[in-house]
Amino acid sequence: MTRLINPRLALPVLSLVVLIVAVFWLQPRAMSYVGINLLFNLAVPIALATIAQMIIIMVNDIDLSMGAFVSLAACITAAILPVNPALGVLLLAGCVLAYAALGALIEIRQLPAIVVTLGMSFVWGGAAVLILPSPGGTAPGWLVWLMKSKPPLFPMAIVASVLIATVAHLLIMRSSFGVRLRALGGNARAVSRSGRSTVALRASAYGLAGIFAVLSGMALVGLTTSGDANIALRYTLLSIAGVILGGGEFTGGRISPVGAVIGALTLTLAGSFLSFLRLSPDWQIGAQGAILILVLAARLLVRQAEKRA
Amino acid sequence: MTQMLSLHRAPWFWAWMAAFAAFLATWSLSVGGGGGGMALLVAALTFGSFSVLTGLGQMLVITMGPGNTDLSIPATMTLAATLSLKLMGGMTGPVALIVLAGLAAALLIGAAVGVANFTLIRLLRIPPIIATLSASFLYQSLAIWSNRGLRIKPPEVLADFTTGRALLGMPNLAWAALAVSVGFWVLLNRSGFGRRVSAIGQNPRAARLAGVPVARISAMTYVICATMAGLTGFLLACFSGGAALNMGAEFLLMSIAVTVIGGSSIAGGNSNVPGIWAGALFMYLIVSMLNSYGLGAGVRLLLTGVIIIAIVAAASGRKG
Repeated sequence: MTRLINPRLALPVLSLVVLIVAVFWLQPRAMSYVGINLLFNLAVPIALATIAQMIIIMVNDIDLSMGAFVSLAACITAAILPVNPALGVLLLAGCVLAYAALGALIEIRQLPAIVVTLGMSFVWGGAAVLILPSPGGTAPGWLVWLMKSKPPLFPMAIVASVLIATVAHLLIMRSSFGVRLRALGGNARAVSRSGRSTVALRASAYGLAGIFAVLSGMALVGLTTSGDANIALRYTLLSIAGVILGGGEFTGGRISPVGAVIGALTLTLAGSFLSFLRLSPDWQIGAQGAILILVLAARLLVRQAEKRA
Repeated sequence: MTQMLSLHRAPWFWAWMAAFAAFLATWSLSVGGGGGGMALLVAALTFGSFSVLTGLGQMLVITMGPGNTDLSIPATMTLAATLSLKLMGGMTGPVALIVLAGLAAALLIGAAVGVANFTLIRLLRIPPIIATLSASFLYQSLAIWSNRGLRIKPPEVLADFTTGRALLGMPNLAWAALAVSVGFWVLLNRSGFGRRVSAIGQNPRAARLAGVPVARISAMTYVICATMAGLTGFLLACFSGGAALNMGAEFLLMSIAVTVIGGSSIAGGNSNVPGIWAGALFMYLIVSMLNSYGLGAGVRLLLTGVIIIAIVAAASGRKG
C-alpha cells in the first residue's frame, strides 16, 4: 500500500485535489452524490482509453489512432452488439487481434509507431463509417444498466475509476507479465538478450491496449446510448494528456496506472471547471492544450528543484 | 551514362514509378467518364501542390532524426489562412498591396508558430510530438476564436491565380510549388544548412561534437516547416474560396506520408525533394482511383490507410 503513494503521484493527486476544491467552490451544489456522478460520468471511458494509451507509451510508442479506434469500438457496440451479439463480440475481439498484429508489425519491421497509428486512424475511421454510416444505433440494455447503476455510498463513476486503477495497477505493476512489458520500454535489447521475443511482447502490449480501448468504446456507448463514427476522436489528445498528467514519461517504460486514471479524472473535471468559469467554447480545446503545457512545465520545475536539493 | 544506369537506385525512382502506374490506372478508369488524361494531370498537380508544400516542411523536420515530427501543421494552416484572409478582407487600397500584406501575414504567422513550437520543445524539454500536438490545440482555438464562423472571401486576383493555368496549361499552383521545391533542393543539397540538418539526423552526438549548432539548426527547421504550413494554408484558402476550420485536417497524415513514400528516411538523416512530388501525385491519384471505382467514403478511408501503412512497412528502415 505504501508503494502506491510514490512521489510520481504527488503532482497528479495535487492537481486533482486543487481542481475538485475549485469546482466545489464555484458550484457548491456539485458536492453531492448526483453532482459528483454528473461531474465524473464521462471519466470512465476516458480513464479506460488513457490506460490503453499508457500501455502503448510504456513500450516507447505513441498511438495517434486511439480516438478513431475507440469510436470504431463504440460503433460496433451500438450498431451490431444489440442486434447480433455473437457477431458483435467476434468483431470486437477482431479489433483487439488487429491491434496486437499492429504491434507485431511495428516490431518486426521496426516502424515508427506515429506513422503507423496515424495511417491506422484512417482504417479505423473508414471501418466505423462502414459499420455506422450515420449517428445512431442503440446501447445493449445490460451496458446501460451497468453504466447508469447507482451503487451505495459512492457514484458509479468513482467506483469504476477505482476498479480500473486497481486492475491496471495489479496487471502492469505487480504481475510478471507487466514487468516484462515495462522492461520492453526500458531496455528492449536486454529483453531480447534474456531470451524473450520482443515481437510477442510488443504484440501483447498492443493487444492489452486494444482490450482497454474496446472497453472504453463500450463504456462510452453505455453512457451516450448511441454511436457515431466521430464520437471519440478527441480521445487521442485526452488519452495522451491523461498519461502525462498522471506522471507518465514518454520513454523508458516509466508510467503509473493509478496516475493515469487520476489524470483522466483531472481532465474530465477540467472540462466542467472551464464551463463553470463560462469560458467560451472556442477556447475549450485550447485550454486543454494549455493545461498540458502547464503540467509539463510544472513537472520540469519540480524536477529541477529536486535536483538542486 | 553511369548516372542513367543507376537511376533505378535513386530513392525516389520507385515512388515515381508508382505514381506513374497510379496515373495510368486512374486514367484508364476515367476515360469513360470523359475526364481525359489532361484533366486528371491538372487535378493531380493542383491538389498535389498542397501536399508538396506541407511535405517539404515536414521532410525537413523528419530529417532531423527520430522523434522529430511537426503535428501542428493542420492547425497552423487554419490559423494562418483565417488571420491572413481576415486581414485582406478588411483592407482597402491597391490590390497588389493587399495581396502582399496577406501573404506576408500568412508567412509571419507560420514563422511565429514555428518559434513557439521550438520554444516549447527546448524550454520544457519534451518530445517534439507532444509539444507540437499540445500547442496545435492552442492555435486551433485561436483560429476558431478569430474566425467566428465567418467565411471571408479571398481577393479575386488571388482566387484567379490559385485556380488559373497561365503557363503551358499547367496550374499556377504547381509552378509555385515547383519553384519552392527547387529552393528546398538547393537548400538541402547545396548549402551548409542542408548538410548540417542531415548530419544531425544521421548522428546528433557526432554532429554536436563536430561543432554543428544543433539548437539553432533545429529551430530553423521548425520555423521553416511552420512557415510552409502557413503558406499552404494561405494558398489553399484562396483556392477554395475561404478558410475553413478543418481545412488542414488531411495534411497531417499527407505531409508525413509523402515524405516516407518519396523515399526520405523516416529515421532521419536522409531527405530527397523529387520523391515528395512523386509521393504527392501518387497519393492524389490513388484516392481518385478509389473514387472512380465508385467506392464509398468508408472504403476509401480504409484503403488509404492500408496503402500508406503497406508502403511504410515495405520501405521501412531502422526504427524512428
